Amino acid sequence: MNDDVQRFLDRLAERNAARGAEPTWIAARRQAGAARFEALGFPHRRIEEWKYTDVRDIAANDFALADSAEFSPAAAAALTLPIEAHRLTFVDGVFAPALSDLGELPAGVQVVPLSKALEENHEAVGGPLGRLTGVEFSPFAALNTAFFEEGALVRLAPRTVVEKPIVLQFLSRAGEREVMSHPRILVEAGGRSQATLIEHHVGEEGAANFTNLVEEIILDRGAILTHYKLQEAPLKDRHVASIQVEQARDSRYTSFNLNLGGGLVRNDLVSDLNGEGAEATFHGLFYGQGRQHVDNHTLVNHNAPHTRSSENYKGILDDRAHGVFNGRVVVKRDSQKIESEQSNANLLLSDRAEVDTKPELEIYADDVKCAHGATTGQLDAEAVYALRARGIDEQTARGLLTLAFAGEVMELVDLDAVAERVELTVAGKLPERFNLAGLVETAAAFSED
Amino acid sequence: MLEVKDLHVTVEGSEILKGLNLTIGAGEVHAIMGPNGAGKSTLSAVIAGKDGYEVTQGTITFEGQDVLEMEIEERARAGLLLGFQYPVEIPGVKNIYLLKAALNAKREAEGLGEIPAPEFMKLIKEKIAFMKMDASFLQRAVNEGFSGGEKKRNEILQMLVLQPKLAMLDEIDSGLDIDAMKVVAEGVNSLRAEDRGILLVTHYQRLLDYIVPDRVHVLVDGRIVKSGDAELARELEDRGYDWLLEGSAA
Repeated sequence: MNDDVQRFLDRLAERNAARGAEPTWIAARRQAGAARFEALGFPHRRIEEWKYTDVRDIAANDFALADSAEFSPAAAAALTLPIEAHRLTFVDGVFAPALSDLGELPAGVQVVPLSKALEENHEAVGGPLGRLTGVEFSPFAALNTAFFEEGALVRLAPRTVVEKPIVLQFLSRAGEREVMSHPRILVEAGGRSQATLIEHHVGEEGAANFTNLVEEIILDRGAILTHYKLQEAPLKDRHVASIQVEQARDSRYTSFNLNLGGGLVRNDLVSDLNGEGAEATFHGLFYGQGRQHVDNHTLVNHNAPHTRSSENYKGILDDRAHGVFNGRVVVKRDSQKIESEQSNANLLLSDRAEVDTKPELEIYADDVKCAHGATTGQLDAEAVYALRARGIDEQTARGLLTLAFAGEVMELVDLDAVAERVELTVAGKLPERFNLAGLVETAAAFSED
Repeated sequence: MLEVKDLHVTVEGSEILKGLNLTIGAGEVHAIMGPNGAGKSTLSAVIAGKDGYEVTQGTITFEGQDVLEMEIEERARAGLLLGFQYPVEIPGVKNIYLLKAALNAKREAEGLGEIPAPEFMKLIKEKIAFMKMDASFLQRAVNEGFSGGEKKRNEILQMLVLQPKLAMLDEIDSGLDIDAMKVVAEGVNSLRAEDRGILLVTHYQRLLDYIVPDRVHVLVDGRIVKSGDAELARELEDRGYDWLLEGSAA
């Protein structure tokens, strides 16, 4: 076993000793997680799945575990999305009651910090937890299973509709010591329930922590979930997310995976379409600058006939940023009449930026409709000229065109607070006169007219 | 207002303009005519600042400023605007964004603040009505999926909103049917003003029936070989360019 793995296991042993007795199943899961992590070690680039992503910056580090959720309320308020919501906040993985406000939840809806859910009825959590994103999912999921303590449980009773979004806010703190957190999110959406979940990762400038997130989302028959993952963590933060969605008949899962921040980011998003009529829609946008590394691996398993998936990821890479997109679609034997489309378009804003894109189709049925495509290019020099020739300065012209490139994904975002965050990051800090919000309002005023 | 002196321009090593002289005063409409390949489009592109053109000799001054020292956007803000022969499609950027951003850039250069929204809406509505364009154009991406005629109208619309001091129109008549040409010509004529110059670049005399120029110049092989009034354009219609080509070759 190498030193890196040992260091993490030592931290775990310390934590376990400090924590005291736990229910048997939890202790057993931890053990299984640790054993699996020990067996696999950190992934290295000789493994196909990790070919383009070097995790040594995580592995070589000695992260502590945070045990306070102190955060200046004013600083938190500045980072919080300005949106009316049911909100839970975590600081370096620790639940922060003072920064949380669930408001009034509709009957039949539970949004609870995981620690509290375990305290109240651990057995009810033990069943689903780890069933989807288990220790086999990846070394990071195994590591999470060994360490997990906090996170969120979202339960929707059948037929409940949550009007306001549920926001899970994860704040990363700049401190003397770099810390790690292993949050788990478990969503159980009952039949025909409907909700919007916003997962927001953000933090203090200079923060350099490691978030190792595991998510399990279970959609019962006809459930509809829109899942925004807005990742705008500080530029030295590391972020690994392992997300698995299970979809029953006629359920609809829509993901907006919006990655703007983080120094080292890896998302694994998997959806299992297990019932007829189930539909998964993956929208993705990643924007890298400086030396950011953003890796998105997605997988859709068409396990049942008459299922649909569509995926549209757009990448914008500037400076020396590196983007990875790997989109896999598997159509199981005899899953007939499925439809799947996938596209990935990338924009390179600098000569030294890099993107690696790979669609993978595995089809074991014959009556299917599958399409995919990938493109990578630069800003159209003719278009930059055409805008400058109307008096628009080069920086703004490039900002407008970059935003236009992201437009296909962003025009589907109907939460203004989210769209604005993304637009400001992607278009850059534009001078007041090019205030995009102002432009959008003007355009809207005309269309209402 | 515009003075071009002894302008030599090369594109990819071959000389296109070979000592061109041109002076345009305020209130004047000039037309540059000439056979294909004479360098007509090169002239307006160089004035507007397009990449890929190397000025090896000569000067361009606009209201006393050295145009060749100015950035592309500075030229536009100073009032030098080029209407393109082939307007480029800009997917994802709405016309309304372009118009507002461009107008505010110009206003800032003039020391004015951002245009108030109601004033902007009033201005735009008036101009699109004049160009017989539907308001839905504003919400569409710049030139994306536009017909040839729509693209040219859109160029004129931008001129009407931005009110340049010198409007240069490169083959604004190409690809237009007669009705579209009348609308475009009306737009250009409405730009005629005592304090504004207009430079039309065209291959055909047809456009000049609708926009009557004060001066007509014939560009052959990188030089202006003949200048005259509107009568010269009609003469070219009758006689073609050959009689002038021979003169140039001599």
